[in-house]
Amino acid sequence: MDFTFNEDQLLFQEEVKKFLVNEVTPELIRELWESESGRSGALWSQLVELGLTGMTVPEAYGGLGMNEVDFVLLAQECGFVALPEPLVEQVLVAVPLINSLPEAFRAEWLPRIAAGEAKVLVGLEQNQLVADAHYADLLLLQQGNELHAVTPGQVKLIFNESVDPSRKLFAVEWTPSATTRIAEDAAELIEAALNRGALGAAAQALGLTQRMIELSVQYTADRQQFGVAIGTFQAVKHRMANVAVPLEYAKAVVHRAAHSVAIGHKNAAVHVSHAKIAACDASLTGAKNSIQVHGAMGYTWEVDLHIFMKKAWALNNTWGDSAFHKNRVASFVLGEADNAGAGRTFL
Amino acid sequence: MDLAYTPEQQAFREEIRTWLAANVPAEPLKSFDTAEGFQQHREWEAKLNEGRWGMVTWPEALGGRGADLIQWLIFEEEYWRAGAPLRVNQNGIFLLGPTLMEYGTDEQKADILPKMANGTEVWAQGWSEPGAGSDMAAIRSKAELSDCGEYYIVNGQKTWSTRAVWADQCFGMFRTDPNSQRHHGLTFILVPLNLEGITVRPIPQLDGLPGFAEIFFDNVKVPVNRRLGGEGEGWKVAMATAGFERGLMLRSPARFQETARRLVNLYKENREAADRDPSVKEAVIRAYMDAEAYTLTTYQTACRLTQGGKIGPESSTNKIFWSELDQRMHETAMSILGARAELLPHAPAAQGVGNWLDGFLFAQSGPIYAGTNEIQRNIIAERMLGMPRK
Repeated sequence: MDFTFNEDQLLFQEEVKKFLVNEVTPELIRELWESESGRSGALWSQLVELGLTGMTVPEAYGGLGMNEVDFVLLAQECGFVALPEPLVEQVLVAVPLINSLPEAFRAEWLPRIAAGEAKVLVGLEQNQLVADAHYADLLLLQQGNELHAVTPGQVKLIFNESVDPSRKLFAVEWTPSATTRIAEDAAELIEAALNRGALGAAAQALGLTQRMIELSVQYTADRQQFGVAIGTFQAVKHRMANVAVPLEYAKAVVHRAAHSVAIGHKNAAVHVSHAKIAACDASLTGAKNSIQVHGAMGYTWEVDLHIFMKKAWALNNTWGDSAFHKNRVASFVLGEADNAGAGRTFL
Repeated sequence: MDLAYTPEQQAFREEIRTWLAANVPAEPLKSFDTAEGFQQHREWEAKLNEGRWGMVTWPEALGGRGADLIQWLIFEEEYWRAGAPLRVNQNGIFLLGPTLMEYGTDEQKADILPKMANGTEVWAQGWSEPGAGSDMAAIRSKAELSDCGEYYIVNGQKTWSTRAVWADQCFGMFRTDPNSQRHHGLTFILVPLNLEGITVRPIPQLDGLPGFAEIFFDNVKVPVNRRLGGEGEGWKVAMATAGFERGLMLRSPARFQETARRLVNLYKENREAADRDPSVKEAVIRAYMDAEAYTLTTYQTACRLTQGGKIGPESSTNKIFWSELDQRMHETAMSILGARAELLPHAPAAQGVGNWLDGFLFAQSGPIYAGTNEIQRNIIAERMLGMPRK
């Protein structure tokens, strides 16, 4: 029983955090809001150089051969800076999915991903729209129980604006055919992809919550009323403590889910749903209490809080909305089998 | 990261499971807040000690098993699963014991720990005073060194002393420097409750039973060798105890997982009635998830500590999480039981209510004792998040 991250994993987290905090500033994010694609090729190239984009590509295909446990702390840091680039989605969802497909397909795409020459993203019916479809060199799209691979030339994209200006969502119109189909009876692959997407959203929600706490602590230390910093008031302190508590108790849930996905645990889906609920709930409380302690400033476009708050709101219902995940946990707990109780957590 | 138990850990689990199956009383003991129940629980402690299952985290030389935190969690899981009795001496075993090992003299350890372990001496705690609740540094009870230097003369009053009605001993802080302020000049003293000048006045709790008491000290002569740590170092010693109290030992996750399991079963058995309130189903799955989250987080912390990590201010989140979870779970059970929820277990119409009402009443104390949740939230905001004190 070892529920810790190793030194390499922690060091990599530190390093990546430092890079992201330096590069992915609120100023950059606002700049990208004004750009056509909303994405930065330069930033993506830096992520490629760090080896991040191909982290989960097996070494045989030129990647780092790492797994979900290795990546989960990095996904938290992507959340902390509200990274607009679809790194988490490629690393956690697209690459493992490709890696489950026939060898010819793997050999075609994984080396290109590892080399930073191609971006591949996944569109599932649960999400209705496909995030960053405009930015991908290949889309893997769900059609019922089938998976299809389509290139930008084969699709028509209709932009749908999100509350989060960093999110670029598209309805994708395309014609499924025998040539685009890459997998039939792919229900298991689709569910695995959904779980990985939910895990990525949960990990980012942890980072977003941490960031909202830090912004609020800073703001309430600076803002004075009645002659003192408003952060000295218990009513304000307790709001922030009420974010710290659920955040603290969501972390291990997310880390366990990452481990379960990595080893293919029989209850991985339930673990992921629990993680998604716990982390997103913490982030929603984080958003609500953070805007409150920011007062009217929190309701403005100018103050950076909304960069993180809006991403938290959006992630809550992606890769399975809260109803989907709660029902998955409910079937596990309230079904025939006895799944609750002491001593069962790690079975 | 490897979330599988080692063969040794599994063997440890098997061993305790087997012992408990053979030894846990078939009939639940009476409440330890009754004279008869207290005695029954004292005997249970002796039995646990005979099997060397009383203080698994204590060193082997002291009758324990030198269990690490993971083994301790496994022990607790089996203990709660088996429905074994509550620990009447938990103030001693989990709070004072470890503090004594850290600060006690060899003589004190040899004298006190074995009797604590076998249940001969049950300990009450004496932190709070009428004027010192959340503000523990406002302690006014005095301990004055006698002219001969052989004993302290203790005067004053402690209150909310858990288990004090039938306990043999009490530990607490007393002001030895009459000119001192706040957390200075306090000394940690172990007081036998049979000394002359001590009056214990039981305080009936919400359930009518005297689970705690006031203790009055009127020129009580306590031998000086009952001081734990140096004179004036009481706050430091007490913080170690309060640290354990807030930390892992007081409320292991297994307790809440078992409550969650019982709640899930209560819901399954009364599903039709329960679903008339659409919020109940969600509350039940939340109880499950939160008990699991508490378990996972505790395991992660335990693994970190086992590998030499330090426990930080984030441990203040612990008390809030379990106490509010416990309250919510019992509230949900009350909702499921509906009109029967208010009935005491012996009421003729009370079939199937179990001991949920007892648990519900006790759950009201969780956010209050061991530092109110408001105090915990201040600690989180100031020490963990870095918000300004003033």
